[in-house]
Amino acid sequence: MQILHLKETVKFMSYRKIALVFSALMMIASVISLATNKLNFGLDFTGGTLIEVGFEQPADLKIIRQVMAENGFADAKVQFYGSSRDVVIRLGLRGDVKAEMLGNEILSVLQKATGQTVDMRRIEFVGASVGDELAEQGGLAMLTALICILMYVAFRFEWRFAVGSVVALFHDVLLTLGLFSILQLEFDLTVLAAILAVIGYSLNDTIVVSDRIRENFRKIRNSDPEDVINISLTQTLSRTIITSFTTLIVLAALFFRGGELIHGFATALLFGVFVGTYSSIYVASLVALALGVSREDLIQEVIEKEGADQDAMMP
Amino acid sequence: MLNKYPLWKTLMVVVIVALGALYATPNLYGESPAVQVSGLRGVEADAGTLDNIKAYLDENNLDFDSVVLENGQILARFTNTEDQLKARDILDDKLGNKFSVALNLTPNTPDWLAAIGGTPMKLGLDLSGGVSFLMEVNMQEAINKAKSAMVSDFRDDLRSEKIRYRSVKEANNGVVVIFRKVADLEAAETLLKKRYRDLLVKTNDDKLTLSAKMTEQKLKEIREYAIQQNITIIRNRVNELGVAEPLVQRQGKKHIVIELPGVQDTAKAKEILNATATIEFRLVDTEGDLANALKGRIPANSILLRDRDGRPSLLKKRVMLTGDHITDAKSGFDEYSRPQVNISLDSAGGAKMSNGTKSNIGKPMATVFIEYKPTGKRDAEGNIIFEKVQEIISIATIQSRLGKSFRITGSGSPAEAHNLALLLRAGALIAPITIVEERTVGPTLGAENVRLGFEAIMLGFGLVFIFMMVYYRAFGVVANLALGANLILIVGIMSLMPGATLTLPGMAGIVLTVGMAVDANVLIFERIREEIREGKTIQQAIHQGYDAAFSTIIDANVTTLIAAVILYAIGTGPVKGFAITLSIGIITSMFTSVIGTRAVVNAIWGGKRLDKLPI
Repeated sequence: MQILHLKETVKFMSYRKIALVFSALMMIASVISLATNKLNFGLDFTGGTLIEVGFEQPADLKIIRQVMAENGFADAKVQFYGSSRDVVIRLGLRGDVKAEMLGNEILSVLQKATGQTVDMRRIEFVGASVGDELAEQGGLAMLTALICILMYVAFRFEWRFAVGSVVALFHDVLLTLGLFSILQLEFDLTVLAAILAVIGYSLNDTIVVSDRIRENFRKIRNSDPEDVINISLTQTLSRTIITSFTTLIVLAALFFRGGELIHGFATALLFGVFVGTYSSIYVASLVALALGVSREDLIQEVIEKEGADQDAMMP
Repeated sequence: MLNKYPLWKTLMVVVIVALGALYATPNLYGESPAVQVSGLRGVEADAGTLDNIKAYLDENNLDFDSVVLENGQILARFTNTEDQLKARDILDDKLGNKFSVALNLTPNTPDWLAAIGGTPMKLGLDLSGGVSFLMEVNMQEAINKAKSAMVSDFRDDLRSEKIRYRSVKEANNGVVVIFRKVADLEAAETLLKKRYRDLLVKTNDDKLTLSAKMTEQKLKEIREYAIQQNITIIRNRVNELGVAEPLVQRQGKKHIVIELPGVQDTAKAKEILNATATIEFRLVDTEGDLANALKGRIPANSILLRDRDGRPSLLKKRVMLTGDHITDAKSGFDEYSRPQVNISLDSAGGAKMSNGTKSNIGKPMATVFIEYKPTGKRDAEGNIIFEKVQEIISIATIQSRLGKSFRITGSGSPAEAHNLALLLRAGALIAPITIVEERTVGPTLGAENVRLGFEAIMLGFGLVFIFMMVYYRAFGVVANLALGANLILIVGIMSLMPGATLTLPGMAGIVLTVGMAVDANVLIFERIREEIREGKTIQQAIHQGYDAAFSTIIDANVTTLIAAVILYAIGTGPVKGFAITLSIGIITSMFTSVIGTRAVVNAIWGGKRLDKLPI
């Protein structure tokens, strides 16, 4: 079975203006949203207390809110979590001496007020400094990842590809952050993990394409870089689509069956893989092309690395 | 011949997958409820304890699967949780306070598997349920303490060498001594330089001020000691909680992670962990005028403290001994059956006590209990500010020169003596700690997470399985074999690796690996199709397909591995779990999808004359 039967080379690069405008618009939208809406940082980063409780019968949020307000927790945010029996209560950081005791206190308050057996599902308390440190570390991690990858790709390929793939990564990360900012989805530690996984995945895709471009530069003599890139993208297109497809179906399985706790994680990855596929076709190759990648830049390695295969390739 | 693996290579693939499968099997046996008995404060469970436990269980007609003694702990397995709970109550009652009795779940790994190191995967708290704490050690307090110790040490040294000084005061990272005469300063400098090699002793320009600073090395040692001591003390406290397999681990420069699987009553756990306290012994200032002091005129070398009932006493400012020298404190009775507290000190503490008491026989000595309560405020550097609460818990007369072990009598009722002993034992913390993060997962949520994660893995796996079979036919089946082998290897390695814990994001990592692992095979298979289209012979197409895709696969996976390793380095708990499964998955998937599938492909199609490939 085969999904794609491409007899002709697809002229990917002739749509580059559209792609450029599209990517630019999306990136600008992300930056604007990040600047104005900011990210809806989760407890991991902001600090505070979160209590998830399970009721036997569907819960009435109004009553819970009232109970909370009566007991001095007027700032509590009360929401359903996944089902109408699951309720999440969030509290900001407070100056109280026993902030870490809040969880247990609220649990007993709820137990008394509703007369139901309240099942403690989870309590999370994060102090202020922890969140700050984490945000700092998270940003640092992303930066380190980008730099390490830039170095590896530059070492294995060529600096133009390295710049291309890092621009693509930056593009993917920015758009994923933008999505979380525009939709105001909660950004917690698992989402950060997902974004680092997106970096890994998107790069995977970009490298497959770059590898083929390099190979074709060596194989096809006297050809225009644009044509070589088009040919390479066409050749790898069915692989790109199949891999994205298999990854997307497992992520869909996670999204729909994995439960509330990793919903954000699955969302970030689903979207990230999607834009990662797009960016490996357009962003990475486009940047490499714009930086003037050419046959001469890559020819040196042919003799060194694939000398043994030379005979088989020559007609 | 093209596309034939040497026998050893095929065998290697088979052996590796078989080993993976072997070490993955302990996960299939499940767990049974158990009760774990471990000794407290140096007591170890022995064969005698084992017999006692068996007898207690038999007395109460409780059926147990087995009762074994291992590493100073006794583990009793039961068939159901009802018996387990009953047994816990009985043993807790009978064994008294020398042992902690904890509920546990023990894997039912068969003996032969356990003998070769087979254990099931460790589940993270988000899957097993339980509580984890992150504690922050107050390093500033540790350094402050070292400074005040320096002040009193300097005073003692100068006095014993008869060097006259005007004052000894704490200063930034050290102590400043002011003299009246240059000669005194010079004598002091020689003396202090000789005695304290880990201090930077310097004379100021005025020739009358001497400053001693702690070196970076010394400061580092103090911080190191503060965190290590806290870890040791927390371990002891956690043991008293009766938790099976607790984890107390250092994280970074000033944090300690505590994981208590299965603990639901977090309030009790927190009370015990949060009780940060220290003890100080001071002489009572018998010459000072208490009435005057109460009016605000406190003598220069004294402080005014109160006991629990608010009765004030004047105490000497100088601390005779700090609680970190206490190695043990027990309550008991003296020869007249009066309650007493027996205290043991370390050797340095013994020497200090001996020095401090020799000229003060017959005088009263006070024991001061100091608690550090977090105020919820932070200083400019983001460190938590603590409030120091001091309370006199006992005043006793020094009957003779005291040494390494001594006792405090006359503390009232046996209950009070017991309480005092408890406070003395807890009071050894050099630097106070606070909980800065807490995560509790209830047992229902944990079980639900396991179910959801498992379902997601199976569903994702099934979908990819069907797709590959439809799309690549026979080759798809080969890729699916590799996918299955990959899953087995991940589970096998996770079970074998000591530090690896399966968490919910970790399960998500496995799902993601399943999706991405087929990528290598897609790359290879697409390449083979391409080569066939270009008119290569079947054997050459297979050869070229694997060869050409190889470097791409390596590059693509190494970069993902970089991201995963960085994630591992910064992540904690669940996220670390994700990084672990992702990293393991990347490595095993490269093995199964490149070397593994090649072995199968070579065995079935390699070296034969074929016109078509089922790809």
